[in-house]
Amino acid sequence: MKLELRGITKRFGSLTANDHISLTVEPGEIHCILGENGAGKSTLMNVLYGLLPADEGEILLDDEVQHFEGPGEAMKAGIGMVHQHFMLIPVFTVAENVMLGHESTGFAGFLNLNEARKRVREISAQFGFDVDPDALIEDLPVGVQQRVEIIKALSRDAKVLVFDEPTAVLTPQETDELMTIMRQLRDAGTAIVFITHKLREVREVADRITVMRLGKVVGEASPTASNAELASLMVGRSVELTVQKQAARPGDPALQVRGLTVIDHIGQLVVNDVSFEVRAGEILAIAGVQGNGQTELTEALLGLQQHVEGEIELDGNPLSGLSVRNVLDAGVGFIPEDRNEDGLVAEFSIAENLMLDRSDSAPFVKGGTLQLGFRSTFAAEKVSEFDVRTQSIDTAVGTLSGGNQQKVVLARELSRDLRLLVAAQPTRGLDVGSIEFVHKRIVQARDSGIPVIVVSTELDEVDALADRIAVMYRGGIVGIVPGGTDRETLGIMMAGEQPDDPNGPAPDPHDDEGRSGTRGEAA
Amino acid sequence: MSDDSGAQASAAETGTEAAGSADVALETGSQVPPDDPNDNRWNDALRQILGGSFVISILAVVLALIVGAILIAVTDPGVQQAAGYFFSRPGDTFQAIWNVVSGAYSSLFQGAIYNFGRPTFSAGIRPFTDTLTYATPLIVAGLGVGLGFRTGLFNIGGQGQMLIAAAFCGWIGWSFDLPPVLHLIVAIVAGFVGGAIWAGIAGVLKARTGAHEVIVTIMLNWIAFYLISYLLRTPGALQEHGTNNPKSPAILPNAILPPLFGPQYQLHWGFVISIAATIVVWWLLERSSLGFKFRAVGENPNAARVAGISVKSVIIWALVISGGLVGLAAVDQVLGTTTGGFSSGIDAGIGFDAITVALLGRSRPIGIFVAGVLFGAFKAGGFLMQAANNIPIDIVLVVQSLIVLFIAAPPLVRAIFRLPTPGSKPRTKTPAPTATAEEATAK
Ligand SMILES: Nc1ncnc2c1ncn2[C@@H]1O[C@H](COP(=O)(O)OP(=O)(O)OP(=O)(O)O)[C@@H](O)[C@H]1O
Ligand SMILES: [Mg+2]
Repeated sequence: MKLELRGITKRFGSLTANDHISLTVEPGEIHCILGENGAGKSTLMNVLYGLLPADEGEILLDDEVQHFEGPGEAMKAGIGMVHQHFMLIPVFTVAENVMLGHESTGFAGFLNLNEARKRVREISAQFGFDVDPDALIEDLPVGVQQRVEIIKALSRDAKVLVFDEPTAVLTPQETDELMTIMRQLRDAGTAIVFITHKLREVREVADRITVMRLGKVVGEASPTASNAELASLMVGRSVELTVQKQAARPGDPALQVRGLTVIDHIGQLVVNDVSFEVRAGEILAIAGVQGNGQTELTEALLGLQQHVEGEIELDGNPLSGLSVRNVLDAGVGFIPEDRNEDGLVAEFSIAENLMLDRSDSAPFVKGGTLQLGFRSTFAAEKVSEFDVRTQSIDTAVGTLSGGNQQKVVLARELSRDLRLLVAAQPTRGLDVGSIEFVHKRIVQARDSGIPVIVVSTELDEVDALADRIAVMYRGGIVGIVPGGTDRETLGIMMAGEQPDDPNGPAPDPHDDEGRSGTRGEAA
Repeated sequence: MSDDSGAQASAAETGTEAAGSADVALETGSQVPPDDPNDNRWNDALRQILGGSFVISILAVVLALIVGAILIAVTDPGVQQAAGYFFSRPGDTFQAIWNVVSGAYSSLFQGAIYNFGRPTFSAGIRPFTDTLTYATPLIVAGLGVGLGFRTGLFNIGGQGQMLIAAAFCGWIGWSFDLPPVLHLIVAIVAGFVGGAIWAGIAGVLKARTGAHEVIVTIMLNWIAFYLISYLLRTPGALQEHGTNNPKSPAILPNAILPPLFGPQYQLHWGFVISIAATIVVWWLLERSSLGFKFRAVGENPNAARVAGISVKSVIIWALVISGGLVGLAAVDQVLGTTTGGFSSGIDAGIGFDAITVALLGRSRPIGIFVAGVLFGAFKAGGFLMQAANNIPIDIVLVVQSLIVLFIAAPPLVRAIFRLPTPGSKPRTKTPAPTATAEEATAK
């Protein structure tokens, strides 16, 4: 089915999120939409899916004008959408979730569970998915959950499929699998809209590329364009894809972790006897496939985990056993991996979120009273410094685009007086321009003598930032290798095996200085 | 037409930004926000008011009154009689409906606001002061419950907290002989503390054990009820000397809240306390560090915890303050309106009405104040409506309940009145109500 958008305009108050956007997606085509954070990509897709009413313009399917009053009607017309945040019910099975969609479309009569199961199996077989119809959603890894979303869309015969940043939460392997699926769907004649910030993915699958900026279509790009060309088209200036940095000049060991063990709330050993140190002025990247204990490790550092054994020392003072408040006051900056869940209060304004972890003391609070004047000045400053695209500092954070939400978290943490920075997935959902900016800020923090831990599942990011790399697997550290270690070695380690190459896990990682500055071109 | 707009769209794309979009706005006559920022702000404000909660609250009240009118009409014997010969003389039925409904609502008004039957202004305005008297405890208790809502806590233990607070402030009120102003202040503080302790127990249980505050506060209601009933029957405890009735002694004059506008009105200084409490709670929630933490925990406890806010202590403090405010409602009752001694029914359902008041006021202090006055008016007017028109006071309860129902279902009210959904531009067609819910989850 051919999808055509004509002159779609969507305004939020005085902000024009979509300004007369016209776009055609042919059947059997993967159409990528590129654009910086807040360019209006998600808004456009929400209009297409009937979640938001357009102010102007029309949607055509096979040259017929459509009027969607809600997602139900969009689904019936053959549009499917895979959101970045899945809309599945965790305590239902796969089949039940797939069926639920049918019910909500008002499909005639009952659909019994057996039929839903059959449908799941059919579609799974067709595309080679490995999905058990009776598995509970909450037990499935994100990659599989996403497949359930795809099955859900396909089960009601979606002829146009929209993927809004589907890969932000996937492992590289899951991403590759998703792209294979997308190609299969395309070959079967589905029209696909694919939104992502990762240029590598764009170049790999896109048949056509449309670039958006500030709510407008600014042009088309060819899939053969280089990363740099795509990036500059998107942001409107040239972008440094790999941050330039000096060699680290590590000082004394600042953070020391010895024998750290974490047991989670259901009694599982999630971090197993981990020891490492981070020196002042160096970046230790923690690499690994999502779910190998990285999250719990960072949470333990911050005092968020209940059952922790072992020692954590920052500048010689123990951190273990302190309350979160005291850990923060000791100068630990924390960028949580899930900003919606742990980093922001969606209903709060930008200004309020910027003081979220400083609600106890000066300068934001004096004598128990909020210092609103100071807060406004501070927020205005940070909004412009971190280039948060917003109409005002009083805008609720929940209405910002994903990337701009992330910038608010970064602005809050990086503007504190830090003695340690723990950043989990700091650039998740950011556009290339913002990634450049954030990487620069993190390197800047390092150069000012702050020890930095960056947890990332993106090898590109690990590559760009790390002075040393600790690879985690099943709760343990497989090894710590110098920054710039090649991807094959890292890949082997991420699978839990020791690389046989002896130059890999260096006994004293600091003898390898100087390499990090020249990295980047190889990739 | 579609060709036309397509051409303009491309013109807008190629032209300079401002000029391009202004052109389109002029030619298509669409609702592009004007360039003048002032106008913009007014537009936004208007849309916020229309789409927002304020109008919904008012319309909920209006709708409830309309449904109440229908109920009054269909249950009235006169209307039923006239309806019996509707097809021969339909006018009679409408006349009867008009008579009973207008009679009922005019009594409601005269009982609550101004009685036109009285010769002087000072006598005529008396119903309004009664309204404020009834509103006084509803406002403070509503503030307490609303503060809980803002912290994400459902304090439905108002009854228990009021009973304990009544015992505290009453006991101070009749057993000690303190100098005038001091006695009153001590008694008021005791009432606050009593409510705070009782709600604080629920807070500690929730923070320490994770017990749900709804269950705990309900249980504490019963515990308080039987405890106070027992003490009121026990000589030497709360029972008045030389009587067998389960009733407390009268409050000593020094501990009584003095009348605000002289002895001919019931309205007492408790109303001033309610005004002050409204301001203090507003300050607490919007301007203080503690309130900031309350709201953070209420909206996203996970993010609050990661930001170093102790969720447990926030829960305890929020319930303590909430209970203290509810306790002030008991102070109004014991030291203000029923100073001759109280029984175990002293809470008069205020603890539960407060939930409605807080909901209607959207948990905002000013809103709660207005909602409290409205409910006070229903109470004051309801009595006259029953006495003068023989309409059961239950109708007032039905109207109150309907208000809650409509408040809880904004899409319903929006659909009935064809209001725009918040976050969208005004359109001719009403978007499906379900879209709003999905919009919210879409992000
Ligand atoms: N419900 C809303 N109310 C007000 N403004 C909104 C709303 N939704 C989006 N916006 C604004 O519209 C603009 C476009 O947002 P959108 O989410 O479409 O960006 P995006 O291109 O998807 O960005 P990202 O890559 O960061 O996800 C942003 O400036 C955002 O703040
Ligand atoms: Mg988006």
